[in-house]
Amino acid sequence: MPGLGTSFGRGGATNYQQDLANSDCIVIEGSNMAECHPVGFQWVMEAKARGAKIIHIDPRFTRTSAVADLHVPIRAGADIAFLGGLINHVLDNDLYFKEYVVAYTNASALVNEEFQDTEDLDGLFSGYDPDKQHYDQKSWQYEPEEEPHSGHDDSAKAREQEEGSQHEDVKRTDQAQAAGSGGPPIAAKPKRDETLQHPRTVFQILKRHYSRYTPEMVAEVCGIEPQVFRTVADWVTSNSGRDRTTAWVYSVGWTQHTVGAQYIRTASILQTLLGNMGRPGGGIMALRGHASIQGSTDIPTLFNLLPGYLQMPNAIQHHSLDDFVAESQGVAGFWGNMRSYMVSLLKAWWGDAATAENDFCFDYLPRINGDHSSYRSIADMIEGKVKGYFLVGENPVIGHANGRMQRFGLANLEWLVVRDLQMIESASFWKDAAEIETGELVTDQIATEVFFLPAASHVEKEGTFTQTQRLLQWRHKAVEPPGDARSDLWFYFHLGRILRERLKDSTDPRDRPLLDLTWDYPTHGETADPSGEAVLREINGVGPDGRALSSYMELKDDGSTTSGCWIYCGVFADEVNQAARRKPGREQGPAALEWGWAWPLNRRLLYNRASADPDGKPWSERKKYVWWDEEAGKWDGIDVPDFEPKKRPDYVPPEGAKGPAALAGTDPFVMQSDGKAWLFAPKGLQDGPLPTHYEPAESPVKNGLYGVQANPTREQIDAPWNRTNPSSSSVFPFTFTTYRLTEHHTAGGMSRTLPYLAELQPEFFVEVSPELAEERGLEHGGWATIVSGRSAVEARVLVTERMRPMHVGGTVVHQIGVPYHWGSTGISTGDSGNDLTGVVMDPNVHIQESKAATCDIRPGRRPRGKALIEFMEDYRKRAGMESGLVPVGGRAPMDSVSGEAKPGRGPAAVQPGE
Amino acid sequence: MTSVSSASPAFTGKDPQNRLFGPLPDVTEEAGYEPDHPKRVGFFTDTSVCIGCKACEVACKEWNTLPMDDSHGTRDVIGLSGMSYDNTGQLGANSWRHVAFVEQSRVVDLPMPAVGLPGATRQDTGEPSPAGHAHQDDSLAEAQAHSVLNAEALSEFDPQTAQTGSDKQIRWLMSSDVCKHCTHAACLDVCPTGALFRTEYGTVVVQGDICNGCGYCVPACPYGVIDQRKDDGRVFKCTMCYDRLTDGLMPACATACPTQSIQFGDLDELQARADARLATLQSQGVETARLYGRDEDDGVGGAGAFFLLLDEPEVYGLPPDPVVTTRDLPAMWRAAATAAAMMVGVALSAVLGSRKR
Repeated sequence: MPGLGTSFGRGGATNYQQDLANSDCIVIEGSNMAECHPVGFQWVMEAKARGAKIIHIDPRFTRTSAVADLHVPIRAGADIAFLGGLINHVLDNDLYFKEYVVAYTNASALVNEEFQDTEDLDGLFSGYDPDKQHYDQKSWQYEPEEEPHSGHDDSAKAREQEEGSQHEDVKRTDQAQAAGSGGPPIAAKPKRDETLQHPRTVFQILKRHYSRYTPEMVAEVCGIEPQVFRTVADWVTSNSGRDRTTAWVYSVGWTQHTVGAQYIRTASILQTLLGNMGRPGGGIMALRGHASIQGSTDIPTLFNLLPGYLQMPNAIQHHSLDDFVAESQGVAGFWGNMRSYMVSLLKAWWGDAATAENDFCFDYLPRINGDHSSYRSIADMIEGKVKGYFLVGENPVIGHANGRMQRFGLANLEWLVVRDLQMIESASFWKDAAEIETGELVTDQIATEVFFLPAASHVEKEGTFTQTQRLLQWRHKAVEPPGDARSDLWFYFHLGRILRERLKDSTDPRDRPLLDLTWDYPTHGETADPSGEAVLREINGVGPDGRALSSYMELKDDGSTTSGCWIYCGVFADEVNQAARRKPGREQGPAALEWGWAWPLNRRLLYNRASADPDGKPWSERKKYVWWDEEAGKWDGIDVPDFEPKKRPDYVPPEGAKGPAALAGTDPFVMQSDGKAWLFAPKGLQDGPLPTHYEPAESPVKNGLYGVQANPTREQIDAPWNRTNPSSSSVFPFTFTTYRLTEHHTAGGMSRTLPYLAELQPEFFVEVSPELAEERGLEHGGWATIVSGRSAVEARVLVTERMRPMHVGGTVVHQIGVPYHWGSTGISTGDSGNDLTGVVMDPNVHIQESKAATCDIRPGRRPRGKALIEFMEDYRKRAGMESGLVPVGGRAPMDSVSGEAKPGRGPAAVQPGE
Repeated sequence: MTSVSSASPAFTGKDPQNRLFGPLPDVTEEAGYEPDHPKRVGFFTDTSVCIGCKACEVACKEWNTLPMDDSHGTRDVIGLSGMSYDNTGQLGANSWRHVAFVEQSRVVDLPMPAVGLPGATRQDTGEPSPAGHAHQDDSLAEAQAHSVLNAEALSEFDPQTAQTGSDKQIRWLMSSDVCKHCTHAACLDVCPTGALFRTEYGTVVVQGDICNGCGYCVPACPYGVIDQRKDDGRVFKCTMCYDRLTDGLMPACATACPTQSIQFGDLDELQARADARLATLQSQGVETARLYGRDEDDGVGGAGAFFLLLDEPEVYGLPPDPVVTTRDLPAMWRAAATAAAMMVGVALSAVLGSRKR
C-alpha cells in the first residue's frame, strides 16, 4: 500500500465504511463495491438516501452502476489520465482548498534543482537508468532547509543506509511497502515558500505536470466525453471544501495494474488538494479483496515485511540492529521511535534470550537479498530453485495470473502443503491440470509430493479478522470443525512444537532461533487448540510489570517491553480483549468506538487533526469531528484524536527536537517525517514522484500523452510460459478485464463447491457488447474462445448493452469482461479466466496487471489436447511473439540473468503434432 | 372466538364482510384467531435499493434447507440461463426467493442536467411535483437529470457512432420476488386438506406433513408462486420463516439483505413506510416508481408481501392484475343455483306433466 503510505504515512484505508454515510459525494472507481463489498455498500446507499451523489467510474456497467447516480464508462487502464484531468481542472480553476493545502500538505516545499519532470523528458523523470529500468531517486529530493538534519544522531550512518537503499537488490525487496505504517524517512525538512509561487515548489511542479491533462485529452485517452467529465468535476468540487466532503472508494480495480500504486497516489493528490483527507465523509476508502487481507499485511505474509510494516532486514544494508534503525533514528514523527518497535518485537519473539548484549537476537532474523514475491517464487520453482511450498487459504492456479505458469511452478516442487476447506485445483493439479490434456504435464513425471490438510473455517475457530478499515473484530468459535479439520493456529503451533522437540538436543547455532522462540501458548480441548487470546495478548505486548500495554507510545528500546506488532499495541489494553467489544451502535456515539478495535490506538478516521483548521477549530459546524479544547488543554472529538492529545495547535518544535516532538501543532500527518500530506513524493516509490499516465503493458492503443508507452519500471518475467502480447496488435485487438461476481468467492474454493452459490452463477461466461458480438459472430448463450499470448479458454457468451465499445485515439476499443472464478473442481466447473492473464507487475508491490490486457475472441469452443498447443503457437507467430513451447514439465533451461530460455539445450519442447 | 356464520357468502352470493374479495381490516381474526393475536406482518421489498446480491436467495435456502435447482426449477441441476445475472429463473418449490435482473436500454434525447449543489437537486426541489402534472416533457427531463437510476442519462455521446445529442440510456433493474401472502389467498381457499393455513401473524403457510399432493393450489395462485416437487408430489413455498417468527426472529431473507431492500415488520407500518418512500422517489423525479400489492382494493385484497417497482409489473414478470379465484365464487354459485333451479323446474314440470297424462 505504498500509494497511500507515501502520501499520508499509513497504508490503510483512511476512513471507515460507516463514515461514507456522511459523504456528500462518493466516487467509486476501480471498485465494484455493490458486488464485491455488498455489506459495506449499505453505507453508500445510506449516503444516497441522505442526498449524496454517487458516481461509478468503471469500464463495465455493474450492479454498482445500477444504483449510482452516474455511471461513467472508462477504458480499462486509463484512470490516471482521468484523475490527472480532475487535478488539472482543480488547479486551473483555483478550486483547491487553499488554507488546507498551504497548512497541511507539502505544496509549499521546494524540490531540488536537479529534478526534471515528465514534461521535460517526454514521459520519464530524472534519474532513469534504461539498462536496469530503475530510477535513481536522488534528484527527486526536497531542497533541504539546513544540512545535515539537526536531529540525526549519526548522519554518516544514515547516509550510508540511504545509499544502500538505492542498491538494485535492495530495491527489488520493495522497501516502499514499509510505508504501510509510516511515510519513508527523509533526512531533512524542506525549504518552503508559502506563497506557492516559486517555480520549484511542489505546487508549481504539480501544475506543470498535469497541465496537459485537459478534458479533451481525457476524452481522447479514456473515452469519456468532456461534458461527462465536467459533470464529474462539478459534482466533486462542489462537494468539497469547508462545508462538504467527497469520498473516494477503490479496490483491486486500481491495484492490479503495472501503475497500480500510482493510481492511488493520483487519487491521494486530488483528495488532498480538495481538503478531503482526515475529515468526516472524506478520505480514501481502500476496499480489500477479502476477509483479513488488511490483517495479512499488518502481521504480514509478505516476504519483505515484519509485523507493523517494519522492513525485513536485508543482507546488504542491515548487519546489526543499529544499521537497521539508522535511517529512521532521530527523524521527525513516530517513525523516529522505530528502535522501540523493533526491540519490543524481538523481545516478544525471543523473550529472555533477547538481550542488549546480543542485539536482542537481531541476527536470528533471516536477511533477504532480492525479490521473493509470489510470482518470482513461482518462476523460481519452474527453474528448480524452490523445494517446498505452503499454500494456505489460497488457490493460485485459479486465483493468480497466468494459471499455466502457476501449475508449472507447483509441478516442479519436491513437496507442497495445501491447507484448505475444500479440495482445490492447486492440490489436484497433478491429475486435472489443463496441461495434462496437452501433454505439457504428465502425471507420472510430476515429482511434487502434495499434502492436503483440511482446514477449519472461520466459524470453526476463534480469532480476529482485521477488515478493510483496520478494524479488528474477534469472533468466537460457533461449532467444532468437522473430522480432521483444524485451525491454522493449531497447525502452526503444533508444527513448531514438533520441530522444536526434534531439535531439542541440537547444538547447531542455526537451530537457536527456533529453540529460543517463546512458544508456550496455553492449549485447550481434546485437540489441544492453542488459545487465540494468548496470541493476541502477545501481539499487544506487555510492560516490565507483565501487564498488557495500552499504547505503542509506551514501548521502550531497552528490552523492558514486548509487542508482537507495535501498531496493534492497545488491542489488549487493561487486560481486556478490546477486539471482542460488541456494544450496539445505538448505545454509543457515531464513530462506534466500542465496537471492536481499530489500529492505531482505536482511531477510526486517520489524520483527523486535519478535520480542524490550523488553530484547532472545526473547518465548519457541519463537518465537525476533532477539535482543540482550550479549557481542557487537549484535543477532543467524536473519535480518538490521531494526534498527541495535549500538543497545542500553536506548538512549534524547538531547535533539535526529535521524533514526535519534532512535529508542529499543525502537522496532522504524524507518520510522515515532515508531518505533511505528500502531493509530491520525494521518496518511497520506484516509478516516480508524481503519477503519470502510462498505457497498460498490453494496450490496443498508443500512449496519447507521452512518447513512453508503458511504465518504464514495470517488472516482467519473460519466458515461454509468460509471453506478453505486443500493444496495438491486430492479432490481439481487444481489451479484457477480470473481475469477481457477488455469487462467487475469488478462486471459487468457497463457492463453486457449495450448491447454493454454484447454482446462482453456474457457468464461466464472458460479457461482450452487441457490437462486438456482431463483429465476431458471437451468439448470446453460445460458446466463445478467448485467446491471449498465454493460453486460450472457452466460455459462454453474455451479450449485453452494459458493455459498450468506446472511441479512443481515433479507433473503436472493445472491452470484454472475464470473471475469473472457475476451475476444474467443485459443482460448477469451467475454464479459468486467469489462464489468460500474464505476469507483468507494478514495481512497487509486485502486483500483476490483471485489470487490463489484450486478447482475441472468436465463436465456438477451444481446441483440445495437442491441437491447443498448435493453436496457441499460430497465434503467437501471427502476433510476432516468441514461441511458447515448453518441454514436458514446463522447465526450460533458463539464463539466470535475462530469464530467457537458452536455445539448443535441455529436453525438447512438447510439439503440437506429437 | 369470532363466530363464523354458517350462511357462507359463497352460498348466499353476498360478501358484505369481504371474506372472498376486497379489503379485510383483520385477516388474522377473520381466520378465527382471538382478537389479541399478533399484528399482521409482511415484507416490503423496495427494489430501488436492491443491488442484486442474492443474499436473500441464499439465506432462504440455507434456513429452509432447500435443494439446488436450475432456472427451470429442475432439482439438483445447474445451468446458465442467459437471462442477465438471473439463473434462478422463477419462484418454485426449490426457490422461495427469486431475484429478477432486467436489462433495459433505449436511445433518448436528453438535455444536459443543471449542475449545482447536490442538496439542491435532491432535497431542495421544493414541493413534490404534483401528480398528473401538466408538463410531461419537462418532468421527464427533470426525472432523467436527477434520476437515481438512469446513470447513463448524462452522456450525450454515443461511443459507437460518436454522435452527440442522443445516447443509450441503460437501466438494470433488480427485484427480489417472493410469495405475496395474500389477504385473500387462493391457495389456502382451495386446499382440501387444511395443509395450507393462515398463521397467527396473518401469513400463509403449507404444512408439509399434511399436504397430500393434490396440487389444486398450484393453478389457483394468481402469481404462479406455489409449486409442486415432481419427485415428492407435495407443494412448497415461502413460509415467511414461520419457525423464526415464533422464536422472535426476522425471516432469513430480510435478515441477510444488506441494503434494506427487503424490509420485514408489521404490515401497517411497512405500508406507511412504503408510501413515504414512494413520495420521496417521486419528488426526486422518479416518475416510474409505483407500489405493487399495496392496494387493498386489488384482486387479492392487498398483499402481505408488497413491492416498490420502477417499471410496469410485467417488466419484472409479475401479473399486472392478479385476481383471487374466490372472487368469482359468488357469481359462480349464483349461476350454479340458477342452473340447479332450472333443472329442478324442468324435473318438476316433467313429473307434473306426466301426472297430467
